[in-house]
Amino acid sequence: MSKASPWVFLPLVAFVALAVLLASGLGRNPEELPSALAGKPVPEFSRPSLLNDRTLTEELLTGRWQLLNVWGTWCPTCYIEHPYLLELARAGIPIIGLDYKDEDAKARDYLAEYGNPFREVIVDADGQLGLDLGVYGAPETFLISPRGEIVLRHVGELNQRVWDEKFAPVLQQAGENPGVAP
Amino acid sequence: MAAELGHLSLWVALAAALVLAIFPLIGVYRRVEPWQRYARPLAWLQWLALTVAMVCLGYSFYINDFSVTYVANHSNSNLPLGYRLSAIWGGHEGSLLLWGWMLGGWTALVGLFSRKVPLPMVVRVLSVMGMIAVGFLAFMLFTSNPFDRSLPWFPIDGADLNPLLQDPGLIIHPPMLYMGYVGFSVAFAFAVAGLLAGNLDPAWARWARPWTTVAWSFLTVGIALGSWWAYYELGWGGWWFWDPVENASLLPWLAGTALIHSLAVSEKRNLFRAWTVLLAIVTFSMSLLGTFLVRSGVLTSVHAFANDPSRGAFILGFLVVVAGGALTLFALRAGRLKGQGGFKPVSREAFLLGNNLMLLTATFAVLMGTLYPLLGEVLDVKVSIRADYFNGFFVPLTLVLMAILVPGMISNWKRQDGRPLLRRMLMLAPAALIAGFFGARLPGDTPWVGTLAIMLALFLVFAHLDDTVRRSLAYNRGFWSGLGKLGRGYYGMVLAHCGVAVLVAGVTVVSFHEVERDVRMAPGDVAEVGGYRFEFDTLSEYAGPNFDSRKGHFLVSRDGRPVTEMNPEKRTFRASGQVMTEAAIDPGLMRDLYVALGEPLDGNAWAVRIYHKPMIRWIWLGALIMALGGALALTDARYRKKLGRGKADADGEVVYE
Repeated sequence: MSKASPWVFLPLVAFVALAVLLASGLGRNPEELPSALAGKPVPEFSRPSLLNDRTLTEELLTGRWQLLNVWGTWCPTCYIEHPYLLELARAGIPIIGLDYKDEDAKARDYLAEYGNPFREVIVDADGQLGLDLGVYGAPETFLISPRGEIVLRHVGELNQRVWDEKFAPVLQQAGENPGVAP
Repeated sequence: MAAELGHLSLWVALAAALVLAIFPLIGVYRRVEPWQRYARPLAWLQWLALTVAMVCLGYSFYINDFSVTYVANHSNSNLPLGYRLSAIWGGHEGSLLLWGWMLGGWTALVGLFSRKVPLPMVVRVLSVMGMIAVGFLAFMLFTSNPFDRSLPWFPIDGADLNPLLQDPGLIIHPPMLYMGYVGFSVAFAFAVAGLLAGNLDPAWARWARPWTTVAWSFLTVGIALGSWWAYYELGWGGWWFWDPVENASLLPWLAGTALIHSLAVSEKRNLFRAWTVLLAIVTFSMSLLGTFLVRSGVLTSVHAFANDPSRGAFILGFLVVVAGGALTLFALRAGRLKGQGGFKPVSREAFLLGNNLMLLTATFAVLMGTLYPLLGEVLDVKVSIRADYFNGFFVPLTLVLMAILVPGMISNWKRQDGRPLLRRMLMLAPAALIAGFFGARLPGDTPWVGTLAIMLALFLVFAHLDDTVRRSLAYNRGFWSGLGKLGRGYYGMVLAHCGVAVLVAGVTVVSFHEVERDVRMAPGDVAEVGGYRFEFDTLSEYAGPNFDSRKGHFLVSRDGRPVTEMNPEKRTFRASGQVMTEAAIDPGLMRDLYVALGEPLDGNAWAVRIYHKPMIRWIWLGALIMALGGALALTDARYRKKLGRGKADADGEVVYE
């Protein structure tokens, strides 16, 4: 048997590093907010609206309980989530959209095609605002308090189950309309 | 009762896999042949049990048994039968079952088609595959059982399936991908079996190679189907989004492509032995990673697989055992895998090494790009990764890969004289000139990268034609007879490489010359896009079975000659009020035309989306040709018994077995 050179351990070391990386993502419940943003106000921003000529700022996210939904036409799960957002909007839940790393024309067509659940849509073409919010990818949904603070965060598809388990209890506690009945 | 029978079958399969993973292997170490002989029947039993489970789940969907939670969540009584059956793999639990069933199938097939392989080796391979199956079946039974019932209160009808997902392309897409993912487990099992044995039989590459080629072909088709679906269903004209889900399938493909080339070196020259083993491990590990990144509920996030913490932990644990275990074994045993003989810096081996390095660099970069949100958080660096990042390395890597492909293919093994190589390359120069001419004639301004890519693609095709002619003449029995002497393995390689050229040409042309326009049009208006004249003729309304539609009628002409008529629609579904756009696509080999009605504007006008996509079909065509090349190579004489005498194989080498 010839002597093994140390490089043969390199793949194992690289894999261990990868596994640790994946485990670090696992240990923290991803549906919860990284502690950095919990209870913090939404970062300041000034972005164009997708729907009109207004310039939107963090002011938009104050004054009432609202959802901030991060989406994009390039995101397959957003298509799946979309009918549920429409249902929430019909139930009177105000939703603000954040059009993340997308093209405006396509986003407008998307809303024209599938219906618009959003009161207002913030354009975030370069993804900078998403980055400030710590977004991993679309879809993600934030629950924002009337004071403009992030209360809840959900990564991935928003559906009835997630709504009932996570969002509705918080809204009920705050004495708000929890929207869609369980 | 079907669900209970299916559940029971899963336990039977788990038991069979468990025994298969342990008992025959002990037989190998104790040299007890009768114990070893149990391996094949156990593999067949496992597959039989899994087949029963598949049939049971299918039957539950067929009879609309909504007391089974999985059926209730993924089907409803109004769904057409075809979609009800394909809903078997419409969710997490069922996908795992399909995965397991395919793994069982591959294991059984390896048992069946390994008569020429010594028994202890076969036993090790089957045992390793049994170990993988144990992990999968345990995962399914303990965290994701598709046969769980929700009794006594179960829904009268199932959940609605999103219409977007009811599509033929999407039905065959996952099985194709899984065939690829799972198929790489064979090469992995051979590699691990070789490491376990301590001395890797030089023949292992020949045994593992056809399995790897099939797996790769399936994966190629699977990825192409996914891209095609995204194009016409998600639409918006894109065909690749560098989405984590797409990347998850690309990772094993890139590593697998490196593997099939490295296997060629191992088979022919008994070199790169440790390297090939490592690639086999990496490729299958990427498949596992890919499966879990996709199959975990949330599609777009890496955090996907932590959606359910117990599942996430199990998956990660499984990955650690499989990949970590194999890599540990590799680290301990690789020292014994020194290849014999060497090669010169200019030789086929050297070029294939270059190929491997390019492909692995691409794999690594895609992996990093996909895991960046996680990485960024751990390192506390905020990085935004967009398509530019991926294109930034992928384009140059592809070009270099194509540039070394031709000299690699025409070089000799071991040592290639530089001069004749250079002479042959230069003789192909006129072809490159024609290519340049063609490139220059492309409409609009093609950046030099685009021209270079087209030149390389044409150069690739010419070089392969030239090589085919030379090799067939080299037999000195006349051209046609020579052509017949070249093996199917060789033709498979030529075909697959030409597929690369077709794909690259398609990507290049569509990337640089597509036109996407959003225009305001009312009936009577005319728009010019990509040299075509689109006339918005009329707008009509009609009532469909469950929707009302507004239909646009467009007359398309070019240079005054009518080309086609296109009818994009806007449908409003009465029940849900949901609005769906039915885009009109006029497909063609040289271009796709795409017209869609956007939103209604004031008066009679509409925002109309018009795309001209030149040569976009070449992308999927190229992928299909590549897969076809793989399939052709598989039918090579040397993989068939008794016939493998004196035929040239995939590398144009005449081998005598």
